[in-house]
Amino acid sequence: MGLDSWMAEGAMTTRVTDLVSWSRKNSMWPMPFGVACCAIEMMATLSSRYDLARFGAEAIRFSPRQSDLMIVSGRISLKMMPVLGKIWEQMPEPKWCISMGACASCGGVFDTYAMIQGIDRFMPVHVYVPGCPPRPESLIDAVIKIQEIITTERANRAVSA
Amino acid sequence: MSLQDDVIADLKARFADRVLGEGSHVGQRWLDVKREGILDLLRACRDDHGCDVLMDLCGVDWLDKGMPERFCVVYELVNLKKAEHVRIKAWVPEDDPEIDTASDLWKAAPWAEREVYDMYGLTFRGHGDLRRILLPDAYQGHPLRKDYPLVGHGERQNFPRYGL
Ligand code: SF4
Repeated sequence: MGLDSWMAEGAMTTRVTDLVSWSRKNSMWPMPFGVACCAIEMMATLSSRYDLARFGAEAIRFSPRQSDLMIVSGRISLKMMPVLGKIWEQMPEPKWCISMGACASCGGVFDTYAMIQGIDRFMPVHVYVPGCPPRPESLIDAVIKIQEIITTERANRAVSA
Repeated sequence: MSLQDDVIADLKARFADRVLGEGSHVGQRWLDVKREGILDLLRACRDDHGCDVLMDLCGVDWLDKGMPERFCVVYELVNLKKAEHVRIKAWVPEDDPEIDTASDLWKAAPWAEREVYDMYGLTFRGHGDLRRILLPDAYQGHPLRKDYPLVGHGERQNFPRYGL
């Protein structure tokens, strides 16, 4: 009785890393860092009409220790950046970050003394979402891109960069 | 006569040597005064004219617009019984930006004075807790001064990097 006949019963082979990636990408736990108007679109994305649960990312956690996907939606001020950095460091590896909207990505129209001109100067960003604010479809696209990153990268990487 | 007319006439009669001038805009009058002895005028407003609420205390930077001094501190007082406002402007020079605190007269003053200190760098004599209120403690400079660069002095770039 060979392996082929046994697999015909409904089993399949894979690599452990692929299996881990597959389960990670379909059960992301977002940490919503909503600090301005973009957060409204993020809430719309999470709610029933756009339904981020279709991509396995509906378990919003306001505790960084229980989440692995940071969604920075809104403008970050000088005083908020250390808070954001601290929350990012509290998230366990592996973790990913979406910079949502013009303000988080580059400061947007707020080119003033109080505003951070792009969070990527201080912490890693994996996907940028353009728009002011981006539509929910754009954020869903970003989540799908994060899923692609998860499938293609090594599952046991030590540090996100 | 409205309350503001009463107060301005009374203060001009009693503190003639401290009054620099007066003005009005859309029916709202104000009195320009020297910063020396500002507490006497404010106390007169509170005790003699019933201005029991300090509605706002804010700074203004006029830079080189030909005003009596560069900075002014605006006191917006309210008499709750009459529901009327009174406005006093005290002028503060650039080379010695200091004025007496109004925190003994109104409990609302300390936070507003901390904001003026934060944004304009004016200090309030006798305040007791004059720290920044909105910006980070380590911030350099006072951003609402008109000669402060819009994008700051590089504060936006000088944080440690995280997670790298
Ligand atoms: S990008 Fe636009 S919508 Fe988003 S936080 Fe900035 S101003 Fe608001």
